Amino acid sequence: MKRLSPLLLVMLVLGYAFLYGPIASVVVYSFNASRLVTVWAGFSVHWYGELLRNDQIQDAALTSLSIALMSATGSLVLGTLAGYGLARFARFRGRGLFAVLTASPLIMPEVITGLSLLLLFVALERATGWPNGRGMFTITLAHITLGLSYVAVVVAARLESFDISLEEAALDLGARPFKVFRVITLPLIAPALAAGWLLAFTLSVDDLVIASFTTGPAATTLPMVIFSSVRMGVSPQINALATLILLLVAVLVIGASRLIVPKKNGAAARTPG
Amino acid sequence: MMPGPGSIWRRWAVLALPYAWLLLFFLVPFVIVFKISLADQQIGVPPYTPFLARDDGGWHIQASAANYLFLLSDSLYFRAYLNSLRFTAVATTICLLIGYPMAYAIARAPGAWRTRLLLLVILPFWTSFLIRVYAWIGLLKENGVINNALLAMGLIHAPLPLINNAFSVQIGLVYSYLPYMILPLYATLEKLDWTLLEAAADLGARPWRAFWSVTLPLSLPGVAAGALLVFIPMVGEFVIPDLLGGPDNLMIGKVLWDEFFTNHDWPLAAAVAVAMLALLLLPISVIRRRLAKGVA
Repeated sequence: MKRLSPLLLVMLVLGYAFLYGPIASVVVYSFNASRLVTVWAGFSVHWYGELLRNDQIQDAALTSLSIALMSATGSLVLGTLAGYGLARFARFRGRGLFAVLTASPLIMPEVITGLSLLLLFVALERATGWPNGRGMFTITLAHITLGLSYVAVVVAARLESFDISLEEAALDLGARPFKVFRVITLPLIAPALAAGWLLAFTLSVDDLVIASFTTGPAATTLPMVIFSSVRMGVSPQINALATLILLLVAVLVIGASRLIVPKKNGAAARTPG
Repeated sequence: MMPGPGSIWRRWAVLALPYAWLLLFFLVPFVIVFKISLADQQIGVPPYTPFLARDDGGWHIQASAANYLFLLSDSLYFRAYLNSLRFTAVATTICLLIGYPMAYAIARAPGAWRTRLLLLVILPFWTSFLIRVYAWIGLLKENGVINNALLAMGLIHAPLPLINNAFSVQIGLVYSYLPYMILPLYATLEKLDWTLLEAAADLGARPWRAFWSVTLPLSLPGVAAGALLVFIPMVGEFVIPDLLGGPDNLMIGKVLWDEFFTNHDWPLAAAVAVAMLALLLLPISVIRRRLAKGVA
């Protein structure tokens, strides 16, 4: 393998500086003693203490986490079914529509998804009385729809990367389809399931737009609290909160990548790309 | 696998639930959006006139194109449309100019580094979108990090207007969507047959020549995928124009948000959504064929 040319190396360093510089500034200023976010007045963990005493943020964090747990799990079940169907059933009635429906939430602008789901909930409630009011439950339904697509794409990609003959062999040997899925397919796609669940979880925790449309007066998520406080101006508490979120995500993603990226010696068991 | 007698039943056991879910929560909502875009705003719950109304004669349909005519007649909407397209086109191009060399360098890096470098691209993409946009407020505002540093160094004597203008919206878009551009580019470049480049070099092509006539044409599918992947969600972006833009940098996604949350005009917001969707139909139909193929 040739070494990278100096020009490419410089582009790479500048590119990563661009990606990480702003994030680094948030982390640095979260330890600033001054209330003025951009004037450095010495190291302090004062804002982390304030954060611990902020009930509004803690309630919102709890709301966001419970929505994310429920919706990621719902997305995992529905998305795995959808991804399995797309990868293993080459032909069925309405396959084209199904493929489009599965992929579209990935790229649809959030304002459109949010508005259309809200209008659906309003129309459904007027017609059937369900869902009775909007809040955590309707946000969860909306996030499942979004997460389902991500899980389906990850699972389908994983299913296509290994040989279908493993499943066929088990069927030939007389195993029932569900047993084949449980004993052969499930262990093989487990890394994709973990990645998909994590992706759906992160999307849900992070979502401002769709949650704002589909919520009611009862539920306020963490991004909504962050957004309204950012609109008021930059606040040191938000810097502290951001740093904690970054830390959590870094731990989760690096942990997950250990699960998903093959170890050097285990790589033989996997088929490349 | 031969489609045995039980297999149709088995297929639908797998597919029925996700299919029904997507029909109910993704397709039906669009029909409702379209229906409400033809209604009028009214005071009440819900704040729009019903599609079917009853008067002394019987049932009749209440639908009008008034919202769409209004969108055409008020230049605010047209300007927001043009702004969205302009910002998005420029940001997509800049993403490509930054993302391509990065993806290329990662694809050519030694094997052990490739995974780590790729992880470093994905990491900010997993962190909160809102916080990444927020970080730029601290950097760009009048007494922000950049202005303070430049003032302290004596390079400028008054703070530069870095925020609430087209410049800051543009930076926010490029910054937030750059990873979405790098990943498909990397996926294409990684599979590239580098011996072709060696062949070109053996035949006497200089590195740039080889790049223009071999690497770039072969990586065009990745370029197209990356461009479409960032273009479509960018057009409808709300958070970035709201937090980093000013009153002159409206984008269509922010207009929709304001119509809904500030003016409580649901039918007009629905009409804006339909108009935005019409604008995106072409790029979506291109990418959806690609995505459907990718999934299939």
